[in-house]
Amino acid sequence: MVNRRKFLKTAGAFTAGTAAFGTAQANDLLEAGRNLLRDLGKKEEPKPAAAPASSPAPAPVKAGGHVVVVGGGYGGATAAKYIRMWSDGSVKVTLIERNTQFTSCPISNLVVGGLKQLEDITVSYDNLRSKWGVEVITDEVIGIDPARRQVRLGRGPTLTYDRIVLSPGVDFMPDRIAGLTGNEHLVPHAWKAGPQTVLLRRQLEAMPDGGVYALHIPQAPYRCPPGPYERACMVANYFKQHKPKSKVLILDANPDITSKKGLFMKAWDEHYKGMIEYQPNSRLLSVNAAARTAELEFGNVKADVLNVVPPMRAGRLVDFLGIGLANDRWVDVDFRTLEVKGLPGVHVLGDATLSAPAMPKSGHMANQHAKVAAAAIIEMQAGRAPNPSPVVMNTCYSFVDSESVVHVASVHQWNTEKGTLLAVPGSGGVSAMASKLEGRHAMSWAQNIWADMLA
Amino acid sequence: MKARTLIAATCLVGLSGLAAAEYPHAARDLAATCANCHGTNGKSVGGSDALAGVPAANILQKLQEFRDGDRPATIMHQIAKGYTEEQLKLVADYFAAQK
Repeated sequence: MVNRRKFLKTAGAFTAGTAAFGTAQANDLLEAGRNLLRDLGKKEEPKPAAAPASSPAPAPVKAGGHVVVVGGGYGGATAAKYIRMWSDGSVKVTLIERNTQFTSCPISNLVVGGLKQLEDITVSYDNLRSKWGVEVITDEVIGIDPARRQVRLGRGPTLTYDRIVLSPGVDFMPDRIAGLTGNEHLVPHAWKAGPQTVLLRRQLEAMPDGGVYALHIPQAPYRCPPGPYERACMVANYFKQHKPKSKVLILDANPDITSKKGLFMKAWDEHYKGMIEYQPNSRLLSVNAAARTAELEFGNVKADVLNVVPPMRAGRLVDFLGIGLANDRWVDVDFRTLEVKGLPGVHVLGDATLSAPAMPKSGHMANQHAKVAAAAIIEMQAGRAPNPSPVVMNTCYSFVDSESVVHVASVHQWNTEKGTLLAVPGSGGVSAMASKLEGRHAMSWAQNIWADMLA
Repeated sequence: MKARTLIAATCLVGLSGLAAAEYPHAARDLAATCANCHGTNGKSVGGSDALAGVPAANILQKLQEFRDGDRPATIMHQIAKGYTEEQLKLVADYFAAQK
């Protein structure tokens, strides 16, 4: 067993080293390495035929090794828990997260709208430690060496891993909008839940009645497609009750509402007529942060509260990998394992990945990625082949007022011919109408997914 | 008689061994796609149906009714259509076996 472990490590380092070669070459070598591993695994295991027929089937090889997970959001926290759970604790897991608690982006629009507090969307990492035996370290990653399989921490020591899982979410590209960089305290994005969420809420509270709240939406793909339209509803819901002369102005860089269009338009018409104004094709060129003015391709806008969601890309953590990004923004992964293409031993989850067709960048989807990755990692650590045909699904609930909710759902199955996950034709869809029943489902979704990650 | 039973048992083990050799955790992985709403291993923390320990026939019947549009739903009719009949069976069996 010790020898095999050693070999696993050596082979791992070897295949990682080949990543610098052409992809085809590297893949060939990787395949050869995997076959070797498989053969070796077979030799070590007692042959089923050799066992007496009456004895129970031989116990499967336990996975071993050390997995470092970076990022404790919907993807990373789920991966950490599921690797521990599904490996019966045989794989050691270290989770590196810079925040001491998890704060959820889903439901955070209710904090913006004054219906929930930040505490309501904050969950502790304690259970990952005490119940699942995950070593949770509050720290920042300052370097990754995929060839040596090492990760450097800002304060703590350098860690060595057998596999690394990066779940960095998105980072913003404020430099794409002149005047925005460094002014997020004046022009918040509130697109990562936490202090920015509270900042936007404070600005809305301080805004006089009759003011204008302007929300800029970047071009797709961005995190949480229906999120901006839900936010418009939540702010309008607050205005309707407390500042009825105020306006919500949506400046969408996209040519149309990107998610649940009919349902949002119906809600705006029914609940917020005359209050919400929607402007498509509104590419933002620059902002004057102090004056809260926005320069669009066609004309300028003056707002009292200016909420700019900047263009986004994979979290900058992935830059340590030294790989090219798809469209200069996203990490191309094999969705059977979430392993980075051409970089064995490195798995990237969630929003940071180059999405498969019709796959949204959502917390729910990151949780599903994490389970596919967790299952694959355990199999690969044991020298076995991972699930050849994984399935993931997505559900996004959006509040249109304080109680009523609409959803979008999809199921994605592995397609061997296309080599990716594809939405199943005829499945999925949106709500028939907004309802309070789905409002209860949305909150139950939140409680269950937070428990699925962290309890 | 004993020898025949033994042969039959060996054949069965052999067959299931073959299926398992493909990928042994298909049911577990499929069921995990439900956990976001129905709780880890079907143990809901509230607001959705707990599936752990529910007889497989009951779960499967509900899923088939959702899929076929025979049971009122907000979302499950759309989700059930995304899985094959065999996958729905695996999911139902997995949850039924959870304590």
